[in-house]
Amino acid sequence: MTTLLRSFWQSLVGQERSEIEEISIPTIERAPAQTHPEILIDPGDAIIDYFQRTPNAVEVDKLSLDSPALSELKAAGVKLVVPLISQGELIGLLNLGPRLSEQEYSTDDRKLLNDLATQASPAVRVAQLVRQQQAEARERERIEQELRVARIIQQTLLPKELPAIQGWHVSAYYQPARAVGGDFYDFLQFPDGRLGLFVGDVTDKGVPAALVMATTRSILRSAAERYISPGQVLEKANDLLCPDIPDNMFVTCLYALLDPKEGKMRFANAGHNLPCRRRRDGVDELRATGMPLGLMTSMQYEEKEVSLNQGETILFYSDGLTEAHNPQHEMFGFPRLQSVVTECTESAGLIDHLLNALKNFTGNDWEQEDDVTFVTLEYEQPESPEIDSAVHRTASNDNWRVLADFDVPSQPGNERIVIERISEILKGVHLSARCLEKLETAVGEATMNAMEHGNKYQEDKPVYIKICTDNRAVSVKITDHGGSQTIPEPETPDLEAKLAGLQTPRGWGLFLIKNMVDEMNVTSDETHHTVELIMNLEGDQNANQDT
Amino acid sequence: MQTRILEANVRHKDNAAIIDLHGEIDGFAEQTLNRAYDDAEGWDPECILLNFTDVDYINSTGIALIVGLLARARKSKRQLLTYGLSDHYVEIFQITRLSDFMGIYPDEASALSQTNE
Repeated sequence: MTTLLRSFWQSLVGQERSEIEEISIPTIERAPAQTHPEILIDPGDAIIDYFQRTPNAVEVDKLSLDSPALSELKAAGVKLVVPLISQGELIGLLNLGPRLSEQEYSTDDRKLLNDLATQASPAVRVAQLVRQQQAEARERERIEQELRVARIIQQTLLPKELPAIQGWHVSAYYQPARAVGGDFYDFLQFPDGRLGLFVGDVTDKGVPAALVMATTRSILRSAAERYISPGQVLEKANDLLCPDIPDNMFVTCLYALLDPKEGKMRFANAGHNLPCRRRRDGVDELRATGMPLGLMTSMQYEEKEVSLNQGETILFYSDGLTEAHNPQHEMFGFPRLQSVVTECTESAGLIDHLLNALKNFTGNDWEQEDDVTFVTLEYEQPESPEIDSAVHRTASNDNWRVLADFDVPSQPGNERIVIERISEILKGVHLSARCLEKLETAVGEATMNAMEHGNKYQEDKPVYIKICTDNRAVSVKITDHGGSQTIPEPETPDLEAKLAGLQTPRGWGLFLIKNMVDEMNVTSDETHHTVELIMNLEGDQNANQDT
Repeated sequence: MQTRILEANVRHKDNAAIIDLHGEIDGFAEQTLNRAYDDAEGWDPECILLNFTDVDYINSTGIALIVGLLARARKSKRQLLTYGLSDHYVEIFQITRLSDFMGIYPDEASALSQTNE
């Protein structure tokens, strides 16, 4: 039978021995063949001090100490105890019952046992440390696994694509903290053209926050589909959430309902950061009051409406930005946010600008404390001067009608989102299934190039897609942020050289694009590259067969 | 959007190994595709068939992966055939000239009949 120090067990498993599974420790005694419970010694037990001062085998019956462990040893029938000492520290005891011969342990026996303990102690200590490290590694893996689960839950529920609304530009950015906070945002597009937008933050982190976020999102979506008034939506969501939300958790949330045709936005706020409106003459906060969701039932939420002018942008953000700290422990804060938004003069790119400001403030070694989320609603100018005049060449005259204008984050695989959107948007256009497939392949390839080569897969740099038609052709423009780079001329790949291993098997993208569409134009300015793909509608022999 | 990560199963028929592909052949498919090809080679067949019947998306990275498989097949003097490609991807295999180096057949039976000749 062995005795272990309670501090060791606690460092090993982080809980009381009684709560953990039995761990088999080799026993020294050969007989009697009966098992004894392992005895744990509290760190303050007098027996520890005794053995550290007298590190020799001792007969239990001759010891007299005020020690709970000693009482347990006696009760268990232990006759002789041999301390295991490693680097001056008691790490365990070898406990022996009566000898089979029923004789007392001799001096030679004790000497042998003391020698054995001296030899065995370092090995036992090493085994203890190995187990401790294994337990710590398991714990770290468990935490990492939990964070992975939280991240998956959260990212699965965030919108996969942004709403495309004529005359508006919607952007979003989400960067989870390592511990994964509970930020979320969501869009609802109503049949009458209005857009619902939620932004929120669940207190707490990890899986609990992710689960509450998932529940809240469902409740909010359901409430928004039943009620028009943003205040009422939050009120109903709060009443539904209150009974089930765990103690000490709540959700801050803002719900805005945008009428894109009228340029009006109604909103209500359940304790979330106040959105920021960038106007021509400055920046202001859009204030509406209300308690966070999940704290108390029967709450009322103030509702406000603002009229927006073309060129204005609304910024929704989470406290991961305003509560970020720099190395001097200063907080980013709202005044700094306001000045950063004011000084950003670009009609697009506000999110990029904010991220740069955040990076400059926190420095490169910043360990992100909380999720950082931005959503922007930009009421576009009648003409989008930056991209249209510089790079959208062919489809810039009055005959071209914009069918859609949207962007996607630069993440591997997102070309599939663009392909799917193209497919939906061009349903009403007189394009054969065969030509549509070819256009989809070309657009997918051009989007992959834009994400990989133009934007280097930086998620904060989206790829812009603009689809137009003049009833004779369809134009799809794919714009990235790689203006300073040169796009090579498409060449016919040398398949023999690739098969012989003389060239990389890759390098098919531009070749495919050029062969899939009727025309490909590449234009650029200092900051953007645009690939325009044109598919003629006239002369499409298959158009009448399968559209 | 519903994306389908590639899954691949290998089976053996006559003197051929058949790789049934399900999903999308893009950059995410590399490991699955190469592992399936390794498994197929394990049979030491004269011919390996790629079954594209349940493949709905192939991008340029996927084309590069197929070029890689074709290079391996040629090195080990094995025939690589395909069947089940949609018209669109048949056209892409023709444009890229992959069809010059690997037979393209409409279905398994016609592809297998080629291997038995």
